[in-house]
Amino acid sequence: MIEWLTIVQVVVAVAGGILCLVLGFAGRKPNDYTLGAVALVEVLLVAQLISAIVSPFAGNNPSGDPLEFYTYLVSALLLPAAGAFWALVERTRWSTVILGVVCLAIAVMVYRMNVIWFVQGA
Amino acid sequence: MPELTAPAPRSTRSKGIGRVLIVVYGILALGATGRSFVQIANAVRDSQQVPLAFWLSALASVVYIVATIALIAPGRVWYRVAWITITFELVGVLVVGTLSLTHPELFARPSVWSWYGNGYLFIPLVLPVLGMLWLRWRRPESDAVDRDASPDAA
Repeated sequence: MIEWLTIVQVVVAVAGGILCLVLGFAGRKPNDYTLGAVALVEVLLVAQLISAIVSPFAGNNPSGDPLEFYTYLVSALLLPAAGAFWALVERTRWSTVILGVVCLAIAVMVYRMNVIWFVQGA
Repeated sequence: MPELTAPAPRSTRSKGIGRVLIVVYGILALGATGRSFVQIANAVRDSQQVPLAFWLSALASVVYIVATIALIAPGRVWYRVAWITITFELVGVLVVGTLSLTHPELFARPSVWSWYGNGYLFIPLVLPVLGMLWLRWRRPESDAVDRDASPDAA
């Protein structure tokens, strides 16, 4: 795990989450901006997965439990896909709110992953 | 000619803001399942006896999954399943939350219900109440007729 990538990811996920919640409660259906924000969060999660696989070879091992780390990462990877699927099937304002909830949940999970990697076993 | 705004006769629980409730339930189910999987896997790996709290977490996570499905699925049977599972969750978080304070040796371990779910931002405590309010509001139509006939029916 790389610390600056995690910070970028948490900032993007929180910003995207707030954007989706505001637009959703304002009555907007899922659009290119809200779905794009969720797609960006997903792309960053894939980058996180690659970073997590490569980092140990560069001597950056997780200080905490790898199993717990990957359980969070796999769960987080599933959420945007599920949320975006729902947003495409049900084009209502509540789908936009759901995208926001998904983004905020991912921000919490990424923060927790950061704690597991750098703090938990240190 | 029925009104266009009349509720559909099926699956009235996965409408509107109820979808958000279902997604939050789904995320909690995912989180609780993942966590109890990790806890039990680690206890087994270290050849320790798996603490009761971890098994309870696993049970709770299964119930959250069933509750999520029951909120999505249409029909009266699933409506009843939703009530049973959500009631189970509320009783669980209250009983285990209290026991984790009064009998810390039993339950003072990180589980989804310990300390009233404070490891999960107290979502396990709030969600069953919201779920019950939602179920009450989105009663299936046939039940709504029963309710009109006898207001005291549960």
